[in-house]
Amino acid sequence: MADAEKNEKAMEPAADATPNVTEVETVEAATEDAAVAAIEAKVDRGEPILQVRNLVKHFPLTQGILIKRQIGAVKAVDGISFDLYQGETLGIVGESGCGKSTVAKLLMTLETATAGEVFYKGQDITRLSGRALRAVRRNIQMVFQDPYTSLNPRMTVGDIIGEPFEIHPEVAPKGDRRRKVQDLLDVVGLNPEYINRYPHQFSGGQRQRIGIARGLALNPEIIICDEPVSALDVSVQAQVINLMEGLQDEFNLSYIFIAHDLSIVRHISDRVGVMYLGKMAEIGSDTEIYDHPTHPYTQALLSAVPVPDPESREGRERIILTGDVPSPANPPSGCRFRTRCWKAQDKCAKEIPLLAIPERFAGTDSPAAHESACHFAEEKDVVHA
Amino acid sequence: MTITDMPADVPVPRSGEDHGSKLLDVRDLHVEFHTRDGIAKAVNGVNYSVDAGETLAVLGESGSGKSVTAQAIMGILDMPPGRIPQGEIFFRGQDMLKMSAEERRKIRGNKIAMIFQDALSSLNPVLSVGYQLGEMFRVHEGLSRKEAKTKAIELMDRVRIPAAKERVSDYPHQFSGGMRQRIMIAMAMALEPDLIIADEPTTALDVTVQAQVMELLAELQREYHMGLILITHDLGVVADVADKIAVMYAGRIVETAPVHELYKRPAHPYTRGLLDSIPRLDRKGQELYAIKGLPPNLLKIPTGCAFNPRCPKAEDICRTDVPALVPVTEQDGTELPGRGSACHFWKETLHG
Ligand SMILES: Nc1ncnc2c1ncn2[C@@H]1O[C@H](COP(=O)(O)OP(=O)(O)OP(=O)(O)O)[C@@H](O)[C@H]1O
Ligand SMILES: Nc1ncnc2c1ncn2[C@@H]1O[C@H](COP(=O)(O)OP(=O)(O)O)[C@@H](O)[C@H]1O
Ligand code: SF4
Ligand code: SF4
Ligand SMILES: [Mg+2]
Ligand SMILES: [Mg+2]
Repeated sequence: MADAEKNEKAMEPAADATPNVTEVETVEAATEDAAVAAIEAKVDRGEPILQVRNLVKHFPLTQGILIKRQIGAVKAVDGISFDLYQGETLGIVGESGCGKSTVAKLLMTLETATAGEVFYKGQDITRLSGRALRAVRRNIQMVFQDPYTSLNPRMTVGDIIGEPFEIHPEVAPKGDRRRKVQDLLDVVGLNPEYINRYPHQFSGGQRQRIGIARGLALNPEIIICDEPVSALDVSVQAQVINLMEGLQDEFNLSYIFIAHDLSIVRHISDRVGVMYLGKMAEIGSDTEIYDHPTHPYTQALLSAVPVPDPESREGRERIILTGDVPSPANPPSGCRFRTRCWKAQDKCAKEIPLLAIPERFAGTDSPAAHESACHFAEEKDVVHA
Repeated sequence: MTITDMPADVPVPRSGEDHGSKLLDVRDLHVEFHTRDGIAKAVNGVNYSVDAGETLAVLGESGSGKSVTAQAIMGILDMPPGRIPQGEIFFRGQDMLKMSAEERRKIRGNKIAMIFQDALSSLNPVLSVGYQLGEMFRVHEGLSRKEAKTKAIELMDRVRIPAAKERVSDYPHQFSGGMRQRIMIAMAMALEPDLIIADEPTTALDVTVQAQVMELLAELQREYHMGLILITHDLGVVADVADKIAVMYAGRIVETAPVHELYKRPAHPYTRGLLDSIPRLDRKGQELYAIKGLPPNLLKIPTGCAFNPRCPKAEDICRTDVPALVPVTEQDGTELPGRGSACHFWKETLHG
């Protein structure tokens, strides 16, 4: 099993590597102790803490019941690179099925990568094991989308929030745990006396707070939030977003914030990556992406966002795409967006556009000078009237 | 029933108006559910109306009673545990709640159709899409199998399903979410109804697909001059297509307004809070405004104004007196047609 995975990894072509992302300064750790020490080291604010390089996850498609034959693969994540800097929020947006949650699971080491690397403080977590891997897992935590199903209904809130201490007892000695859990409840704005209640006794927003408290329990450095407010009502969403922003400052956290609501992502993110069909289409600062997008998909996505304000709506161009997202098991050749792109030309079917700063903007201080995977990248403001 | 019996909180009465001229006119509708824990008052005096060719958006958070109101109109409420203790639902001037089951059945399906949020679970997984579309014509219009299939292909073309002819025998799971929702729209359109109620038709869809589906709905509505009720929790989604909007909270309409005016100048603190808590796409904001607290438990709705425990403007009167939905005006008394608010302090909210 493990061998097969390694083989798969070795066979993977590096054709769509992202050439321009900065080299990763790997930290050589000859011993487990050295690796753990590297993982526990502090990273300065604004320095890269997580560096993802050419990450690939293919889910095999099999046929046959007794003898399984692989007939193809769902290319859920197909060569993605990005950096996360300490203290920042990186938003990841994209339509259903484009691979956002799969990226999250790979970073959490809940899934095994088919190829590529994820460097946490210079250590490739896809190759770690033992104590070093445990240390990484403690430092990267996750908050899930669905506050209704992600909490075990038969456990009390105290047990749920304290569960990570069972796996990492070094963080909180047994006698200290109850107090720690109560502190955490307090931090996320819940009454510490609720410690013995069950999840069904809470509203959706309160349950999401419980999920956040659990994510904070081990003092992680990175929290990956997969659609943390999508299931909540508008009036409660704002409460949870404000809480998350407050906690980031208080505990010096770095966030990866996955969501399909582009307005919320703009609000909370310092930088934003736009995914389409397993690849990163465009990545940049929030102003670069929202006010100066250069990739046609980003432009279509932003223009499709319904805005309630009649003034900002008027005169806004709406790009209505035709058709649906193609299947990730059989993505189009060349640029994956070409089947829905109004600018597509022959080149788009033949050559995979690399995620890079478009040549004609490179070296300029134009806000269009950010990474975009399009042969014909050009600026188009679709958000402002 | 005569006009003089009308409850205090009818929306924005305009002179010379009677429910006979409206396509659909819901008056003082109440719905309650008898549950083990008590009586859940899901709908507590809803008033709204829609004309032919008009689009009404009903905006509210989950549990505010949007779907239950729609189910009462469609006559598909679970009874029991549901009960309608009070109210009327006029369709072309006739109270559907007083009709025989047979009369109602005729209206439903023929005259009023509904589109549900979750297209996958409202389609039968073991029957082909073409068969389910054709069923409408076989049952209601007595067409043959072959004729019904031709009609089904036509409908699929209408809602822009590519290669309709080849795909008519496919099963629901073989279509994407957006296509399934378009098939649901086709089904609702089949008999060219006078009114379509769409309950969160795009909530489960991606933004680019959402835009396609909303555009399709609006286009069909114009073409057939239907009345359309669009239920949603997202004001942005309906802002482009709706003519007017009704905001629901705890089973009541708390504000009505033409769409553009609602955003510019809300006349109810709840509407204002909702608008302030939405982040903006076109610029980076400061900390979000958050409405404090939670929506009420329908088993024990607060006395007075149901919003009072969460309202920044609440005064003593809000805890005792239910505010009626009254017409709102400019400061100088100029009428604001179509606008109403159920707040004791609408003046301060609108003009303050
Ligand atoms: N365990 C699995 N086996 C096979 N295919 C999978 C598996 N997990 C995910 N996929 C497929 O991989 C693709 C990406 O899925 P992923 O869950 O990452 O999407 P997403 O971007 O998070 O979408 P959403 O917005 O709907 O949450 C999809 O086509 C999905 O069906
Ligand atoms: N069959 C039922 N039995 C008991 N309660 C119900 C039933 N259907 C709906 N309700 C309750 O009525 C309230 C309003 O529901 P609904 O109209 O579906 O809200 P929404 O505005 O989200 O569409 C909710 O509290 C819901 O739980
Ligand atoms: S590379 Fe071609 S198909 Fe792809 S986004 Fe750019 S123009 Fe469109
Ligand atoms: S009636 Fe009172 S509590 Fe209700 S919305 Fe108006 S000010 Fe607030
Ligand atoms: Mg997901
Ligand atoms: Mg509903």
